[in-house]
Amino acid sequence: TVMAAAGSCSWFPPLALGVSLLKCLFINAYHSTDFEVHRNWLAITHSLPVSRWYHENSSVWTLDYPPLFAWFQWSLSHVAQHFDSNMLRVENLDYVSPGAVLFQRLSVVFTDGVFIYGATECCRCVQEPKEQRDVLSRPSFVLAVLLLWNFGLLVVDHLHFQYNGFLFGFLLLSLAKHLQHRHLQGALLFSILLNLKHIYLYMAPAYGVYLLRSYCFTQDHRDGSVRWSSFSPLRLLALGAIVTSVCALSFGPFVAMGQLLSLSTLGVHLKLLEEAELPRASMTGGLVQEFHHSVLPSVTPSVTLVCTLLSILPALLSLWGGPRGPRAFLRVLLICSLGSFLFGWHVHEKAVLLAILPLSILAVQNREDAGTFLVLTTTGHYSLFPLLFTPAEFPIKVLLMLMFTIYSFTALRKLHSGPGRLLRPLEYAYLLGLNAVAITCEVALPLSPWQQTLPFLPLLVTSVYCSVGVCHSFLRLYVSLLRPEEKPKQL
Amino acid sequence: MQTWSLVSICVLLALVVRWGVSLNSYSVLLFLVCACVYVLSAGKHWISFPFIRLSDVSPGAGKPPMFGDYEAQRHWQEVTYNLPLQEWYFNTTENDLMYWGLDYPPLTAYHSLICAYVAKSINPEWVELHKSRGYESPKHKLFMRATVLVADLILFIPAVVLYCLYLTDGSSRKKVSTLFCFLLYPGLILIDYGHFQYNGVSLGLALWGVLALGLGWDALGSLAFCLALNYKQMELYHALPFFCYLLGKSVQLGLMGRGLFLLVRIASTVLGTFALCWLPFLSDPDHAMQVVRRIFPVARGLFEDKVANTWCSLNVLVKVRYILSSDSQIYLSLACTLLAVLPSCVRLLTKPTFWQFKLALANSSLAFFLFSYQVHEKSILLVALPVCLLLNDLPLVAIWFLHASTFSMMPLFLRDGLLVPYVVTSLAFLYFSIYLLSPLEHCSEDTLRLGVYRKLLFFLPKLDLAWIVRWKFYISVAATAGLSFVTVALVPPSHLPDLFPLLVTSTAFLQFLGTFIYLNIVQFSEPPSRKSNKKKK
Repeated sequence: TVMAAAGSCSWFPPLALGVSLLKCLFINAYHSTDFEVHRNWLAITHSLPVSRWYHENSSVWTLDYPPLFAWFQWSLSHVAQHFDSNMLRVENLDYVSPGAVLFQRLSVVFTDGVFIYGATECCRCVQEPKEQRDVLSRPSFVLAVLLLWNFGLLVVDHLHFQYNGFLFGFLLLSLAKHLQHRHLQGALLFSILLNLKHIYLYMAPAYGVYLLRSYCFTQDHRDGSVRWSSFSPLRLLALGAIVTSVCALSFGPFVAMGQLLSLSTLGVHLKLLEEAELPRASMTGGLVQEFHHSVLPSVTPSVTLVCTLLSILPALLSLWGGPRGPRAFLRVLLICSLGSFLFGWHVHEKAVLLAILPLSILAVQNREDAGTFLVLTTTGHYSLFPLLFTPAEFPIKVLLMLMFTIYSFTALRKLHSGPGRLLRPLEYAYLLGLNAVAITCEVALPLSPWQQTLPFLPLLVTSVYCSVGVCHSFLRLYVSLLRPEEKPKQL
Repeated sequence: MQTWSLVSICVLLALVVRWGVSLNSYSVLLFLVCACVYVLSAGKHWISFPFIRLSDVSPGAGKPPMFGDYEAQRHWQEVTYNLPLQEWYFNTTENDLMYWGLDYPPLTAYHSLICAYVAKSINPEWVELHKSRGYESPKHKLFMRATVLVADLILFIPAVVLYCLYLTDGSSRKKVSTLFCFLLYPGLILIDYGHFQYNGVSLGLALWGVLALGLGWDALGSLAFCLALNYKQMELYHALPFFCYLLGKSVQLGLMGRGLFLLVRIASTVLGTFALCWLPFLSDPDHAMQVVRRIFPVARGLFEDKVANTWCSLNVLVKVRYILSSDSQIYLSLACTLLAVLPSCVRLLTKPTFWQFKLALANSSLAFFLFSYQVHEKSILLVALPVCLLLNDLPLVAIWFLHASTFSMMPLFLRDGLLVPYVVTSLAFLYFSIYLLSPLEHCSEDTLRLGVYRKLLFFLPKLDLAWIVRWKFYISVAATAGLSFVTVALVPPSHLPDLFPLLVTSTAFLQFLGTFIYLNIVQFSEPPSRKSNKKKK
C-alpha cells in the first residue's frame, strides 16, 4: 500500500483554513436553544464546586453529558471569563450578549482543531492509487473535503450550535488509529469519547466485538474462524485497564466525593431519554413530533432496544465470524450507528452524522460504499433541513447543501471512474425526488393554507421520505458486508 | 473533475460568503465591534471604544443620525413607488431632497421602483410614504439583502464566470482559480452585502460591456456600458477607455470604410440607449437638467470624509481646501485628472487591443479616483473591477492592489460593525489568491514586467528587482495588518483624533499611487505575448 506522503498534502491547510474562515462568517447567524444549554453548563462548571455540578437544576438545561465534557466546559469557561464574565453566572438564564456569542461561536471554531487533526490522520490512512493523479481526484483530497466541508457538521455545529466537530475529532482519530493497527491508542481515544458524550455508546458494540476478535485473539484458523487457543489475556487486560482507568478518571472524583448520586443525573438523563414525551417512531429518520404519537401506536423503550440489538446482531456475528480488516470493522460500526438511528429510542436527526462521517472514509476507497454514501448523505443531510427554520438562514442551508452534494457526486464519480454506475436508476430517481420534496416542504407548504391546519405536515413528509433513503443505505451496507467473497478493493 | 462542477462550486461558495456577510449589520455600530473591543479592553485602560464617536456616526454632530445607504435605498423605493416620476428628482412637498434625495441616474430609480413593487406585495409598510422613514426590521433587512443577492446573481456573477472562462488564458484549472479569487474580492462583498449598496449592478453591467468588447461585439458592449453609466454616474471613471478603444478600433478599420460603419452603429446604440433610459424625463428640458444637477453635485467639496486619494493625503501637508476657492479646486482637480488619464488613453487610441483596454480601464479609473473631485472611499471599487480583470496576467500586483483597496475602506467597515467579516474575507482572499495564483513563486522581472524599471535603474545593475517587489509586498501586507490591529485596539491620542484613519488612507494612497505608475509603465511597455519572444528590449 502506498500511503499518502506527508509532504504531498500541501492542499490540506487551505481546505482547513478555508472552512474555518467560513465558519467565522456565521457568528451572527441563528443559534438554537443548545446555545443556552452550553452557556448554562459553562456557568455551572465555572461558578459551582465540582460536587454541585450534577445537582444544579435552576435551569431546565441541567448538565447531562458525561463528566469529561463537564471538564471540557470548565476549561472553556476560563477563557470565557475574559470575554464576558456575566455569561458565567448560573442565575443569568437565557443570557445572550455580543461577547457571549463571540466566545461561544469561536470556541466551536477553535475546538474543531481536533476534528481537523482527526481528518488529517484519516487522510493519511487512505491508500493512494499507484499512478500519479491530479490532486483533485486523489482519494485523500476527496476525503479531506468530504470530512472538513461536511454540510451536516457545518450546519449543526456552526449554525444550530453544538460541539460535534470536537467530538467527531476524537472518533476520527480513534478510527485512524485502528486503521493503522494501533488498537490500544484507538481504544483509549474511544473511551475518552464515550466519557465526553454517551451517544457514542451506539458504536460500542462494534468496538467491543472488533477489539475482542482482532486484537485479543492473535491468530485465525485457515478458514477464517477464530483460533481459541490464540487468546491473549495480556491484551485483554491492557484493553480493560485503559477503558476502566479512563472511566475511573472521569467518574472517579464524583464517586469519591460521595456524590454517587451525581451518576444518577446521567441515569436520569437516560431515563429522560426513555420517558421522552414522544415515542420515536421507528422508521422515521427525521424530526420527532407529536404528530406521530396520534398516528402510530406507542412503542416501548424495551421494544426499541430489542429491535436495535436484532438489527445489528448479524453484523456483529459476521465481524466475529471471519477475519476481517479494519474496513469491515468500519462497516459494522456504521451498521451499529445506523441501526440505532433507525430503531433506537428518542434519536435525534443529528445522529445521522454518526454514520455519514465514518462512511466518508469508506466511500473514497470502495465503489459500492461510494454509492451508499451518496444515498445516505443526501437524504441524511436533507433531513437536517428542519433544524434551520429561520428565513435568514434558508439561503445558507440550500447553498451549502447544493455545494456539498455537487461536490460529492462529481468527485466520487470521478474517483470511481470505471465502467458501471455508482447508483441504480431507481436510486437516482429517489434522490431527484428529494428536490420535489424540498420545494414542497420548504416553499410550497409553508405558503399554502395547510400551514395553519397541518403545521407539521412538512416535517412529516421530510421524515418519511428521508427514512426511506436511510433504510435503503442501511440495507446496502448490510449487503456489502455480508456478500460472501468480497474481493480486495481495487484501489 | 469537470470544469462545470468546479465553477458551480466556486459560485455557490461565493454566494454563501456573500450571504454570510449579509447576516451582519448594515448600519452603524454592530454589537460585535463593541464585543471585540470589549474583549481587548478587558481590564486595560489604554483601550476603549475608538469607533463609537458621535462624529463618526453622523457627519455633523447635533443632527439626528440619518442612517446610511440602507435607508437611502429604502427611501428611494418609497419615493419612486409613491410619487409620480416628475417629482422624483425635485424638491416638493412630498419629496424632501434633503432626506436622502435621489441622486443617481434613472436606471437606479427604475431598479428601486421594481424593488418597491416587490416590497409592497410583501409588506406595504416598508414603502409607505413618509411613515416608513427609518423603517427597520429583521424581515425588511432580509428582503433588502435578498434584492442585492438577486441583482448579483443576474448581472455580476454570470459576467465574472463568462469573463474568466472565455477571456483569460491558461488551463481550465487556472481559469477556475482566477474565477474564485475574482468572486471572493472582499471589498465589493463587504460594501454590497455589509454596508449595503448595489455596486454589483453597475459593475456587473460594466463587466458585461468589457466582456462583449473582448468577444468582439462592440455594439452590445457599448449598450451594456451605457446601461452601467445610467445606473451610476461614477461609471464615468471607465468611460474614456471605452470611448478610446472603440474610436481607436474604428480608426484602425479605416474611417472611410468599415470603421465609419462601426462608429455609426456604436453611436446610434449609445444614443438609443440613453434616449430609452431618459425617455420619461425628456419631455421637459428643465426636468432633464434637474436630474443632471442632482447627479453631479459640485457643491460638496473637494473630498469627503477620509479618502485614500491625492487631495485627502495632500491635506495633511497643504490645506488645499482652505487655500483655493471652490471653483479653482474644481479646475485644479479636473486638470490633474485629465493629465493623469491622458497618457493611457492616447496609448489606447493608437493601439486598441484588448490588453491595452484592460490596462487603460484600470489606469483611467485609478486616475479619476486619485485626482478627481468629490471622491468617496467606496469609489475604489470602480478601480478594483478592472484590476480584477488583470488577476490572471499580473497576479502579484493585482492581489496587492485589491488587498490595499479593501484595507483603504477599513474605517468605513469598522463604523458599520463589519470587523469580523472584514478580517475573515480579507484573510481568505489574501491566502487563497496567493495559494491558487501563486504569484510569489513565479515572480521574476520578466513576469512582473519590470523592464522599464531595469532600464531606469541601470546604474544599479546587481539589484534583483523581483526580490525587492516581493519584499515590498510583504511589508505592505504587514503594514495593513498592523494598522488594522492598531485602529481596532488602540485609542488615538486626544489631540490627534483622526490619526489612525489618516494613517490608513495615506498608506493606501501610497500603494494606489505606486500601482498607478506601475500600470502606466506596463501599458507603455510591450504587450505580454511578444515580450517573451523578443529579448532585445
